[in-house]
Formats: sequence, structure tokens, C-alpha cells
Amino acid sequence: MDLILQPWPWYVSGALIAFVMWLLLYFGKSFGFSNNLRTLCAMCGADKFAPFFQFNWKTQSWNLFFLVGAGLGGYIATNFLTTPDYVVAISEATIEDLGALGFAAPTSYAPASQFGMEALSSWQNILILALGGFMVGFGARYAGGCTSGHAISGISNLQPASLLAVVGFFIGGLAMTHLIFPLIY
Amino acid sequence: MKQIKFLLAGTFFGIIMFKSEAASWYRIQEMFRFQDFHMYGIIGLAVAIGVPMVWFMKKNNAKDYSGAPIVFNSKAWSIPRYLFGGVIFGLGWALSGACPGPIVVNIGAGFVGYIIVLIAALFGTFLYGVLRDKLPH
Repeated sequence: MDLILQPWPWYVSGALIAFVMWLLLYFGKSFGFSNNLRTLCAMCGADKFAPFFQFNWKTQSWNLFFLVGAGLGGYIATNFLTTPDYVVAISEATIEDLGALGFAAPTSYAPASQFGMEALSSWQNILILALGGFMVGFGARYAGGCTSGHAISGISNLQPASLLAVVGFFIGGLAMTHLIFPLIY
Repeated sequence: MKQIKFLLAGTFFGIIMFKSEAASWYRIQEMFRFQDFHMYGIIGLAVAIGVPMVWFMKKNNAKDYSGAPIVFNSKAWSIPRYLFGGVIFGLGWALSGACPGPIVVNIGAGFVGYIIVLIAALFGTFLYGVLRDKLPH
């Protein structure tokens, strides 16, 4: 049990993610999480605004169950599968870099100042959250997939398009981290 | 009831994302600074297993649980679509510290800020759908 309560090492996690990909293939589906964003838009009536959302979203409802499960998994993991004093053990170098930007060393899973209740009292912070989410949603659909669809499923299927998408993910991520972060924090 | 297996698979996935710390904002910051092997180990190993797995399934015309053939779709090549889309996604991934799966995992874990990230992601997807014909693909 102690092994489960501790953070899982990369070689356990990586293997389990490959297992989830196999499981969805065995179920006759494929691993691609951000498809849900399109499905949710269609479900909420976006089909009246663009042909991109005109499809029978009910055929994708299996993925919405997968999405609800992911949220449930986050709830279960944080409440029952961690120790009370749990802190994400990132490297000293990262703690230093984040400190220089004004972030305290980790005290839990994500910085409460950005994602906890208190995060919602700062409009600057809400703007950052909204902008980040907007680009994730826009970019994932533009690129036709996210980390699960391209970096895991697509590259496993040796798709050059997925490799290019992942190169794009890193160009964007590196630009945000190294060029834009110092301007906004 | 047929959908229960997807709920369970998703729950398993959510637990993996949380416990691997792949859903942690801190780990994403560390990854984009190349300061630890952790995230590269996770993604790298998943792919190192995934490549031979998919190859083997294609070679043997693998069937799913119902006996239907498992189909692997190829993605049509395009530079602007994957490059521009990918860069925009990457900017958002680093800024919010989460890709779509982990956004939901974090909401489940009680980080309410990610509710705003999710709503904005839905709006981003909506706007992409509306502007689709005007973007280079």
C-alpha cells in the first residue's frame, strides 16, 4: 500500500499509460482526450454555428464517460491515494527558477495561488487561466489532437503529422516558459 | 451499462495522471526547463511500448473485444495545421500547466482554477470550429 501512496515513478506511469492506450483500442476506440472538447461543444448546441460541430455527438459519448472517470480518478487519488504531507518533489533548479518568478516552493500538487479558491480573487490570474485554457482548446482542435492523441497514440502509429504537432507543442511550451513567463510573472 | 468500462478506464487514467504527477503544474514547468527526466521518462516509455505494440497489432490484424478489426487511421500531412496548432497548444499547455486530460484530473482533485481553464478551452474549441474555414490547414 505504501508503494501506491508514494508518487509513482516514471517507468510505472509510462507503462500504465501504454496500457490505457491498449485498453481503449481493445474496446474498439482510440486514445484522444481533447476530442471531448469538440463533443461537449456539439452537445451544447455549437452545431448551429459551424459545420465542424455537426455530427452525432452521441457516438462519442463513450469518451465523455472516460472524461468523467478522469475527474473521478483525480478525486480518488488526491483523497485516498496520497499521504497527508504530500508535496510534488520537483528539482532544486526548478524551485529556484520558479522562486525567481515569485512562486513559493511547492506545498502541494499545484500552486494554490494560481489554482485554489484564492486564485479566483485576482482578475489577472483569472485572465491567465482563461488565456491558457483558450489556447489549449483552440490549439488542440487546430492540431487535431493533444498529448494523448498525438504524442502517445499518433507517434505510436508512426505518424509524421503527430511528430510535427509534438514539435509544435514544445516550440510553444518553451516560448511560453522562457520568453513570456518572465514578462507576466 | 456498456459505457461503464469507459468510466472505469477513465478513472484508472485519472489516477495514473495524478499519481505520476504528469497533471502537476510544477512538473510541466520542470519539463519545459529540462530540469528533470521524469516527464520525458513517462512519455518516452509510453511511446517506446506503444510503437511495437501498434506495429504488432497491425501486423496481426488485431481484433477488438467484439471481434471487429482494430483500425489505425493515418493523418494527412500538413505543415501549417500541425505546426501552428501545435505551437498554440504548447503555449497554453505551459501557461495553464495542463493539457486536456490533466485539466479534468485537477478539477477532480479540487483545484477550482482549472474550471476556468476548462471553460476557456471549450470556448477555444468553439472559436476554432467557427474560424476553421479561414485558417490554413
